[in-house]
Amino acid sequence: MNLLRLFSRSQSAPAARERLQVLLAHERAAVGDSDLVTKLRDEILRAIAKHMQIDDEKVSVRMERGAKVSTLAVDIEIPFDTDKKAA
Amino acid sequence: MGKVIVVTSGKGGVGKTTSSAALGAALARDGEKVVVVDFDVGLRNLDLVMGAERRVVYDLVNVIQGEAKLTQALIRDKRLETLYLLPASQTRDKDNLTAEGVETVIGALKQAFDWVICDSPAGIERGATLAMRHADIAIVVTNPEVSSVRDSDRIIGLLDSKTLKAEAGDRMEKHLLLTRYDPVRAQRGDMLKVDDVLEILSIPLLGIVPESMDVLRASNVGSPVTLADERSAPAVAYFDAARRLKGEALPIAIPGEKRGFFGKFFGRKVA
Ligand SMILES: Nc1ncnc2c1ncn2[C@@H]1O[C@H](COP(=O)(O)OP(=O)(O)OP(=O)(O)O)[C@@H](O)[C@H]1O
Ligand SMILES: [Mg+2]
Repeated sequence: MNLLRLFSRSQSAPAARERLQVLLAHERAAVGDSDLVTKLRDEILRAIAKHMQIDDEKVSVRMERGAKVSTLAVDIEIPFDTDKKAA
Repeated sequence: MGKVIVVTSGKGGVGKTTSSAALGAALARDGEKVVVVDFDVGLRNLDLVMGAERRVVYDLVNVIQGEAKLTQALIRDKRLETLYLLPASQTRDKDNLTAEGVETVIGALKQAFDWVICDSPAGIERGATLAMRHADIAIVVTNPEVSSVRDSDRIIGLLDSKTLKAEAGDRMEKHLLLTRYDPVRAQRGDMLKVDDVLEILSIPLLGIVPESMDVLRASNVGSPVTLADERSAPAVAYFDAARRLKGEALPIAIPGEKRGFFGKFFGRKVA
């Protein structure tokens, strides 16, 4: 092994620790059913389903769980009928 | 139509998840469209090894139970745009995996991807048998150590009897991936030799992955070892194994030794 490469690399354990802390905090919340991101996801999708058929290609959901904030992105393609409008 | 690979072993902790992620990333880096599917329901880890654990929205059980669409559950890798992950469920148990559900999911993935890599759980129960059920190719991950070799032999038996291929009377293409190979212990004579393992299991060799700190480091930062440091010894071994999967005939070097394997042990026809 190249010694220069060995020493130039930063430690990886701090990254592991940080990733685990965030992940486990979210997983424990999920078990206690207090995971707000998941709740919001399901409620938003239910609301959408009331008005339109939820289609595979037309609704995409992304989440990113962070230490301080999480993000939830629901991307919906909403059908719009131009014929109806013109009539 | 894509190829379905199961990465299996019987014994736990031998390197199935590490290998699934590393091979998946190696194939995707060459532009192949790859999905890695975590079958370890209840104890998922592939998301962590691939660094996607914060982005899991839905999982395999959600898809099988009809709670989410397949495309909504797939997570695209941040580094390689042809690499995808289908995570396992962390909260549900493996009884939620139905044979029909798995068949539908694998069938749909085969249509959309060049390679569908199924990371099997340890053991020979439901999760493991469902992971191998639809495979075209099996990668048997083995450590050079008695209990691992014995369990691999058991798994080879299941591959030859409990899979769709076997039931149809076809031959399952099987490859041995020897992992966590320690050249120092091999030199001291305290580890099973490559020849011994090959002779006992008599399936062709796909590669030898050395025991290495680079694997630990890669999993700490959440990256397949083939992306974390592509010049590291394990990464090179996985890149070569991926090329052999695509049909290239490359000689296999034994870590710490000058001589290598060619022809005699490696050959697709032997399977
Ligand atoms: N070549 C290697 N060198 C060093 N450590 C390794 C190597 N391969 C795997 N490991 C380590 O061994 C442990 C088990 O690996 P991994 O999770 O890939 O095994 P597995 O077969 O998927 O386990 P399980 O049966 O629990 O699913 C991990 O800590 C991993 O980092
Ligand atoms: Mg595993």
